[in-house]
Amino acid sequence: MSDKKIRVLVAKPGLDGHDRGAKVVARALRDAGMEVIYTGLRQTPEMIAEAALQEDVDVVGLSILSGAHMALAPRIMELLKANGQTHVKVFIGGIVPDEDIPRLMEMGISGVYGPGASTEDIVKDIREAIK
Amino acid sequence: MSLADSVLNGDRLALARVLTQIENDTPDGRAALDLLFPRTGKAHLIGVTGAPGTGKSSLVNRLALHFRTQNKRVAIVAVDPSSPFTGGAVLGDRVRMKDLSGDNGVFIRSMASRGSLGGLAQATAGMVQVFDAAGYDVIMIETVGAGQSEVDIARLAHTTLVVEAPGLGDDIQAIKAGILEIADILVVNKADRPGVENTEKALKSMLELAHPTQRVYSHHGKYMSVALPIEANTDMWIPPIVKTIATEGNGIPELAEQISKHAEHLRISGDWAARERARLESEMETALQEKLMSQFRERVPQVRYDEIMRQVFERNLSPGEAVKLLTNGRTK
Repeated sequence: MSDKKIRVLVAKPGLDGHDRGAKVVARALRDAGMEVIYTGLRQTPEMIAEAALQEDVDVVGLSILSGAHMALAPRIMELLKANGQTHVKVFIGGIVPDEDIPRLMEMGISGVYGPGASTEDIVKDIREAIK
Repeated sequence: MSLADSVLNGDRLALARVLTQIENDTPDGRAALDLLFPRTGKAHLIGVTGAPGTGKSSLVNRLALHFRTQNKRVAIVAVDPSSPFTGGAVLGDRVRMKDLSGDNGVFIRSMASRGSLGGLAQATAGMVQVFDAAGYDVIMIETVGAGQSEVDIARLAHTTLVVEAPGLGDDIQAIKAGILEIADILVVNKADRPGVENTEKALKSMLELAHPTQRVYSHHGKYMSVALPIEANTDMWIPPIVKTIATEGNGIPELAEQISKHAEHLRISGDWAARERARLESEMETALQEKLMSQFRERVPQVRYDEIMRQVFERNLSPGEAVKLLTNGRTK
């Protein structure tokens, strides 16, 4: 289907209030022709999984700067799986120590992006991941 | 089990999938619609439209909460514009609807307008039918109120709310054609903002131009009376103006009451059936046009079409004559 649009949920789980990065990424994905569902600050893993289900997204992008990624990411993966959305690719952006990245990838996270990551790379990786 | 059966069994993932299929206008989506169609026709469709920033999403959020207290299941289709340049979109209506999260009786779906001619209204109509068949009692369709496609969507609804806010323009804005004419209920949101009286006054005077409701009015200090046939008014719906502060929930019960009054009015006056009929007829016409067009394309060789098109381009034939030629060629 040529007119199938890539649908991406951009969400900020956890309690930090820094949503600049999420907005920059949302805009970059929009400019790359994707449909971005932006849900805003302070989302619980349950809220994110529910939104991903209702919106039937292909990709979930999580922005986490609070350091709570090792708690939030597995919970969200678990809920997506419970909802039958195993095909959904999950990406994380924010502040993630290098040593956590392999563990996140093991959990099934498709990509992790830190400060300075280029939005072009993110767009490319998303397109690649959902092929 | 087919996707349509899963939808009827309350499978939310199947519901979400069917909505995607319909949005992308796939054969699977069409097949699901065919199966679901007999189960539709029960829901109350409410259109919510108005300029960006008037508070539509917040209002929809509060209305949904209110309908939930009446134990009604609520579906929301929130439409935001697609970029005309990249085709991408940022759909941000969920940001204002966080209160509805975690409630299984609510289903929110964001939708990008995708800019296709007429296609948006068609896709929305299909999505609304899926929600209707799935047993949602109230379906709210939220659109940015500008242009033909939004008016088309509003026509889907039984009850259309037009949302205004103070400070957006004077009474000339209010009498511009289009958006206000489709209103069944006018909402002045952000009613705690300065200028709310002016907005209300402008809307009132606009309404009075459309519906002469006042029997006695003052003109240069003289009172003049207007004779109105009394019966004419009793079955006419005059759009009420409701003031709300959506972020705080003020005016929401009053608005919900007007909405149910309007539904009642539609049922008593027979307008409910008339609106349904008009909507289904236009849906059928669209389908028919598509079908005839594709049949036509199959029967007329592309070479012949191109040749006639060339003659039109050279001004040897008018488009009307060209169509005559093309269709006669088909029937011969």
